Amino acid sequence: MSNESDRKARTTEEFEAALKDTDSRYILRLYVAGMTPRSQRAIENIKNIFETNYKGSYDLEVIDIYQHPELAKEAQILAVPMLIKQLPLPIRKLIGDMSDEDRILVGLGIKMLE
Amino acid sequence: MDQVGGAPAPSGDSALALAKVPSGIQGLDEITAGGLPKGRPTLVVGKAGSGKTLFAMQFLVNGAVHYDEPGVFVSFEETAEDLVKNVRSLGFDLPGLIEEEKLSIDYVRIEKSEIEETGEYDLDGLFIRLGYAIDSIGAKRVALDTIEVLFSGLSNEGIIRAELRRLLSWLKEKGVTAVVTGESGQGECLTRHGLEEYVSDAVILLDHRVTNQISTRRLRIVKYRGSTHGTNEYPFLITAREGIVIMPVTTLGLEHEALEDRVSTGIERLDAMLGGRGYYRGSSVLISGAPGSGKTSFAAAFADAACRRGERCLYFAFEESPSQIVRNMRSIGIDLQAWIDAGNLEIRSSRPTAYGLETHLATMLRDVQIFRPDAVVVDPISSLITVGSEADTKAMLIRFVDYLKVNQITGLFTDLTRADGSPEQARIEMSSLMDVWILLKFIESGSERDRGLYILKSRGMAHSNQVREVIITDEGIDLADVYLGPGGVLTGSARYISEMEEGEEVRNREDELRARRIEADRKRKVLEARIAALQAECQGVQTEFDRFSRELDRKKRAQSEERGHLARMRQADRAAREHDREQ
Repeated sequence: MSNESDRKARTTEEFEAALKDTDSRYILRLYVAGMTPRSQRAIENIKNIFETNYKGSYDLEVIDIYQHPELAKEAQILAVPMLIKQLPLPIRKLIGDMSDEDRILVGLGIKMLE
Repeated sequence: MDQVGGAPAPSGDSALALAKVPSGIQGLDEITAGGLPKGRPTLVVGKAGSGKTLFAMQFLVNGAVHYDEPGVFVSFEETAEDLVKNVRSLGFDLPGLIEEEKLSIDYVRIEKSEIEETGEYDLDGLFIRLGYAIDSIGAKRVALDTIEVLFSGLSNEGIIRAELRRLLSWLKEKGVTAVVTGESGQGECLTRHGLEEYVSDAVILLDHRVTNQISTRRLRIVKYRGSTHGTNEYPFLITAREGIVIMPVTTLGLEHEALEDRVSTGIERLDAMLGGRGYYRGSSVLISGAPGSGKTSFAAAFADAACRRGERCLYFAFEESPSQIVRNMRSIGIDLQAWIDAGNLEIRSSRPTAYGLETHLATMLRDVQIFRPDAVVVDPISSLITVGSEADTKAMLIRFVDYLKVNQITGLFTDLTRADGSPEQARIEMSSLMDVWILLKFIESGSERDRGLYILKSRGMAHSNQVREVIITDEGIDLADVYLGPGGVLTGSARYISEMEEGEEVRNREDELRARRIEADRKRKVLEARIAALQAECQGVQTEFDRFSRELDRKKRAQSEERGHLARMRQADRAAREHDREQ
């Protein structure tokens, strides 16, 4: 019994977390072309911004199109590094080495223009 | 803009000659002496709707289909689906080529509003996509259409320029032959964003001009580093079957071979006037005349004669529809329909204002290329002047005439002159192109208008300088001698009357002669009779005299005999007898 109620509770918890995820979790994809200094800079910058402000509520996937060139066409990658915010909607695209935090936050629709 | 002070282009067969790949675009490979520079990018510049995308696509499709060179089409404007749809009507099966891995289309979508720029970036994404596409099908050709979209999609121009430079040198490294399209710019700049700075090996300009509501497409090789090329503007067509077709006719010179062979004009008397054998094959003939002077009839007679010889004739009509020409010519006994049915004759009618001169020229040349006629009729060339200036029309006709001559096609052109005014002056420009110039002119006399035919010139053959009257009947065209009387040249009824009058005069003279002959005969007979009478009289006189003389002799003899007898009777003395003896 206890085992079962435990599992039930856990499922509910997971469900609620998942619910919370779709609400506010940021699903991010960062496309880079090889591990160039610029690519590394972009990755670090994005990580810094989200670790500071949204720790635990974002998923960042880094894709190296040198390794997976077929993905570049699919995702309409032209300029790199490119950050695509898949969720929450609307989809937003940012290019550059992610050095301008304000623009990133505005660009992602997180922060309004002042 | 053009190549200035460049090294002289290497000759075609030299080992140093620039390697080229055939574009497969009708005519382009001729004016570029082989095609586009192999392994290098070529810039194709033009305004919207000038045919840039089609050019790029044809280059790739021809490569894939005819030259075993797969290609990658990177489209910045149209989606792959749109491209497939747009060229399907030309018979390009893009999905099939994609299936066979001979073609790859990559639509690169750039939407400025969707992208936020946050710091430095590069276009490695494009490089990787392109590189991947090239490698996966082993592409030898690439088209970038229109890469300038980058300038409107991204805001950092410095980055774009650096990346473009890198992209094009990267393409060269890859050894692919690229076509890069660009929008034409204003003023000094060939392209809106100065693409010519990066693509400097070959630049082709596609022009689409509209003058007097009539559009004409032209192509010009602005630059072709290390190669000779035609520098003129060449008209081109976008045809439903073949896409871009360029007519490189201006490259033709005056090197055609002159033929000795003659062809009939279709009018026996006119053949006779032209040294007895008609026009030279491959020559150009101008028939000018006022409205209604019979130009089309002459043209139809010529076409008919060509078909009769078993040759093919292409008839360009700018004023009448084919059925109208057929009907009208039937009325003078020329059955063109039979030749159309037999496939010897084709009549192409179009309004002169349907398109520009260049397009007319290109279409006509294309028709000639396809139909391969032995004789061509253009009726009338004067209609074309409504589309362009006289100078333009002449330039166009020079090219057309040259083309016909090189291909040994006899050309007959009619030209409408104004009813008043001097036709010789009006079209003096045109006539210099022509080998034979026949003028049909109305001659007015006795309150009627008759058609007079003059051969103003006929190069290289003895020809009649006589004016002839053209008589068009149910049975065709005939030429009659005009009456040259004391009052000048007479035609029509006046000629007929004059001929009658003259006939009468002749008859009168003959009557008189006959009468005089009779009179003379009579007089001669009278005189002869008198002579006979006199001779008879003369003979009578002689006979009288003879008779008298005989009588006298007889009398003398009788007297002397009588005297002797008397003497004997009187015993006359000897003396008397002596005397008698002396008697």
